[in-house]
Amino acid sequence: MRVLVPGLSGRLGKMLAERLLELGHDVIGIDRRPFRDAPAGVEMHEVDIRKRAAEDVFRKFRPQAVIHMATVTHLVVQSEDRYRINLGGTRAVFEHSHTYGAEHVVFVGRHTYYGAAADSPLFHNEDEPPMGLASFPELADLVAADLYAGSALWRYPSFTTSVLRMVYTLGPTGHGTLATFLRGKRVPTLLGFDPLFHFMHEKDVVNALCTTLDKRPRGVFNVAGPQPVPLSMVIRETGRTNVPIPEMIFSMMLGRLGLPKLPTGALEHIKYPVTVDGSAFKKATGFVHEIDEKGAMRAYRDAFPRPTH
Amino acid sequence: MRFSLPVDPEVRERLEQLEIPFNSYGVDPYGISKAYLGPSFTALRFFFKHYFSVESHGIENVPARGRVMLVGNHSGGVALDGAMVVASQFLEMNPPRLAQGMAEKFLNKVPFASQLTNRCGHLTGLPEHAERLLADERMLMVFPEGARGTAKLFKERYSLVHFGTGFVRLAMKMKTPIVPFAFLGGGEAIPTISNAVSIGKLFGVPYIPVTPWLFAVPIPAKLEVYYSKPMVFEGTGSEEDEVVNAHVEKVKERIAELIDAGRRRRRGEPARDADRGGAA
Repeated sequence: MRVLVPGLSGRLGKMLAERLLELGHDVIGIDRRPFRDAPAGVEMHEVDIRKRAAEDVFRKFRPQAVIHMATVTHLVVQSEDRYRINLGGTRAVFEHSHTYGAEHVVFVGRHTYYGAAADSPLFHNEDEPPMGLASFPELADLVAADLYAGSALWRYPSFTTSVLRMVYTLGPTGHGTLATFLRGKRVPTLLGFDPLFHFMHEKDVVNALCTTLDKRPRGVFNVAGPQPVPLSMVIRETGRTNVPIPEMIFSMMLGRLGLPKLPTGALEHIKYPVTVDGSAFKKATGFVHEIDEKGAMRAYRDAFPRPTH
Repeated sequence: MRFSLPVDPEVRERLEQLEIPFNSYGVDPYGISKAYLGPSFTALRFFFKHYFSVESHGIENVPARGRVMLVGNHSGGVALDGAMVVASQFLEMNPPRLAQGMAEKFLNKVPFASQLTNRCGHLTGLPEHAERLLADERMLMVFPEGARGTAKLFKERYSLVHFGTGFVRLAMKMKTPIVPFAFLGGGEAIPTISNAVSIGKLFGVPYIPVTPWLFAVPIPAKLEVYYSKPMVFEGTGSEEDEVVNAHVEKVKERIAELIDAGRRRRRGEPARDADRGGAA
């Protein structure tokens, strides 16, 4: 099958590309970033998904399936730019897929869609609305992109749309929000709070994407692997030191003393859990995770041992 | 484990018998943690067995497995009743069961309280949590009087205030038997003479109970819990209020009967037939 992947140049993209090639697919990537050490056999186009040149790739290549991974999730990128990339890019992917006859479009979204709050339930279902925007407006573009992707379900009946809300990734590439948060020797947490964190090994993320490609489930699905575990345990099992800080002091420290300058709403995500119910996806595709929570944490620790200084 | 709080050998043994899917770290999917349950049940065991020497009656009425709702009264004295029922289920059932309460929403915002309640299985009181736990064949502990019940003053300790109807709808929807129970003595252990609402607000809690010795430190009063036979209400949970209210009244009546029976027993009067667990 001809598979086009916008946003392929990430480290997760490399794993995905390798697997797709193994499965016998033709893989073509679009990304603004150069794809260093791209696996042989991948045709890479270094263009912005929103530009005409990207449309040319769709026109020439006529992909049967599109896996849209070109969303910016980290919060260091200026908000306005993120908005344009995440919404403009997502729109372009769906429009081109429609125009050039794709059969299946997969939107790779995030479980943080649901937001973290004191009164939000564990194990969100797909039909729940996003509740976290009031406290964390910086996530609005990702939430909007997710909902926009979902609207393709009625907007474009000509192809199958799968919107995936994936839990955090953790594994040897060190890719993703959680992995970045754990990178240092000491990990700051909020004193008196120890939320559950839901994550899966990168290999299982790639497995889930390939299963989606294979089974073509239509709809919106949470994708989860093993059970979530408390943040303190993630920190301990990845060999880091937990540094609990009272919330008031923590907020004042953001952007200082080596802590990233995060919006205060981001603190909700280390205060309250975001966990999802992945049973609908498992039922629709038969997906089963291979690596449990212990394996994922261990893989991360082996690849990124505790820094010595 | 870095937790070095002492764990009683009996508690340790019972923890291993809990029929809950703990992972290799001793944490279940909801975040319930053996590392927290151990010390917490060790403390509860002391209060249950020695400090209050809680007496429970009719525990054979509680199903050993499967989804079930324990529904009871607050007897005054903060949430002492909840804690002792949790202890009773863990220490007196074979195999032990973990009764999971529904925590007040404000608790999840309070540092440490949030952590402790969640790790011990008392999730925030949300319908989604209740349904999910029952679907997982867990034991739910419900006080339909809610915060109105914990705020009971000493003189109101044997009374029942308004019951919410959500618990019956939940039981019907989730096809779950209700085991009514009565708790006696909480009001004697922590005789509340007043609830300080404005001071409570300062600490981010709804109120702070005031006792004759000022703070809510319990005295070793005699505590008792009476479990009734299970009650089952058929339906979908979306019935009209009249139907549901009638069921609620039945549960409330049953609890009131158990309280009366308990009070008669406390006064040394002979038991009546209906007092022994009762017919549903």
